[in-house]
Amino acid sequence: MVEKIPADSVGIVSYHDLEVREALTLACGQSLPGYNLRYECYGELNAARSNAVLLCHALSGDHHAAGYHSAEDRKPGWWDNMIGPGKPIDTRRFFVVCSNFLGSCKGSTGPASINPATGEPWGLDFPMVTVADWVRTQAVLSDHLGIAQWAAIVGGSLGGMQVLQWAIDFPERLRHAVVIAAAPKLSAQNIGFNEVCRQAIMSDPDFHGGRYYQAGTKPKHGLALARMIGHITYLSDDAMGKKFGRETRGGKQLSYGFDIDFEVESYLRYQGQRFVEHFDANSYLFITKALDYFDPAAAHGGDLAATFAQVQARFLVASFSSDWRFAPERSREIVQALFRAGAAVSYAEIEAQHGHDSFLLPIPQYHRIMRAHFERIAEEQGL
Amino acid sequence: MSQPLRPDLQIIADWIRPGSRVLDLGCGEGELLDYLRREKQVQGYGIEVDDDRLAAAIRRGLPVLQQDLDQGLRQFADNSVDTVVLSLTLQAVYYPRELLLEMLRVGREGIVTFPNMGHWRARWQLGVTGRMPMTDVLPHSWYDTPNIHLCTIDDFDALCHDNQIAVLERRVLDDRRRNTAANRVWPNLLGEVALYRCALRQPEEKK
Repeated sequence: MVEKIPADSVGIVSYHDLEVREALTLACGQSLPGYNLRYECYGELNAARSNAVLLCHALSGDHHAAGYHSAEDRKPGWWDNMIGPGKPIDTRRFFVVCSNFLGSCKGSTGPASINPATGEPWGLDFPMVTVADWVRTQAVLSDHLGIAQWAAIVGGSLGGMQVLQWAIDFPERLRHAVVIAAAPKLSAQNIGFNEVCRQAIMSDPDFHGGRYYQAGTKPKHGLALARMIGHITYLSDDAMGKKFGRETRGGKQLSYGFDIDFEVESYLRYQGQRFVEHFDANSYLFITKALDYFDPAAAHGGDLAATFAQVQARFLVASFSSDWRFAPERSREIVQALFRAGAAVSYAEIEAQHGHDSFLLPIPQYHRIMRAHFERIAEEQGL
Repeated sequence: MSQPLRPDLQIIADWIRPGSRVLDLGCGEGELLDYLRREKQVQGYGIEVDDDRLAAAIRRGLPVLQQDLDQGLRQFADNSVDTVVLSLTLQAVYYPRELLLEMLRVGREGIVTFPNMGHWRARWQLGVTGRMPMTDVLPHSWYDTPNIHLCTIDDFDALCHDNQIAVLERRVLDDRRRNTAANRVWPNLLGEVALYRCALRQPEEKK
């Protein structure tokens, strides 16, 4: 429970649902008969509708980016340090929207939703959704909100990939693209980690081919393992070393057994267990697949600069020095391709020790760059 | 009206063709790029390593890439811009010759400016007072200066000659940032800042 809602918070917020009744044909060829998109909004849309900022969330994120759902909430939304009155994305100037993507388990239609054809949860029959599909549904939401052009679309990690896809697929619908700790496609190592996570889930005896909802079980163990693996890739060796070193739990002697000896083991198990409480295993499978499939340059023979030939948005790309999941090198690939394509691009490589997770943290230089960039956008738009 | 550019930056700006594509190495807070964008419709990009200056350039809405020039320019393709600018930064890089050649690979032309150690005041300080020169353009003590590769105008001419670099144009500004007739007669003595516009010699021009 929060003691008192801070003055620079967007405060108590609630979500909205957009129920879309038209069928959506997905990149995989299958279609959804209709779908729900859950989203939140912060700030006020101005009369010219020129101050709208869209946030794209990452793997385990959702529409709840800022503020609190109730005074009982322990924690605010996932990007609360970035969004609010007086924060880098200042809600006194900008109207900020964050929508939950399809395939998620946080309110938008996903594998745990009911398949209208069967009256049962979709499970693994849910159609494969891609980053491009997400962007198309976000465009539907934009139409619904009456936003012809976003002042900026912003995202970190998988969210940054959605921003790239937006700039490629709807070049005239965003003025600025902010791509943080992302990559133009996954490496073999990235895909490898995702596959290990999926296998952890699918080999759990409680998985039941994805029909665990009907079986009244949950592949808790597999999903917790997946999260533990993922978590290691989000942190840097250095950050883990600093946080845990070889500290034993409670300073105890080594057990010479298979109980938890080290703090890091305890921490990872805790992270895994906590994740299971609020995340659906099937969603984890679908979302990691969307990550693996993301490769917008594939349609252009692997030429990323050619892929960006039509972009109109001006880009800010940022990476973090200790991120090894999507290392600075991957961001530089994006930057160079944009440069070759003649697009306007700025690039910040931020010294940070927290690995991939840095994009969620209030690192001073990171926030300074974001603040400078959004002040500039506000100035350009006369906000 | 915006502030007038510093005289050395104004000369650089005058050398750049309207509407061209420019890469400014060590662009600082982006004064030059801002001017070029506004006055000459130049498509400019900056490179800057410093966090504070990067943030200031981004605040101006300039495309600027955070990168250390000592890492080279290998990610930039040949002739990917019209002009590469290196303003008062040559003396602060680890590999000035390599960077200069890289500039002329990435751009069809390069503009290089540097503080001239042949200036009479520098000579006086070293030759007569016996102390390492400290001037307006070189304000640091020898032990904490970022300027690790100082040269004179004659040194730079020799570097160009030895590396098949054609000097297309040269200007020299004295200690009052003027470009006088006397400077043109004794550039290495009266010039405090030297400005060069250069390009790689085509193979058939090689001497």
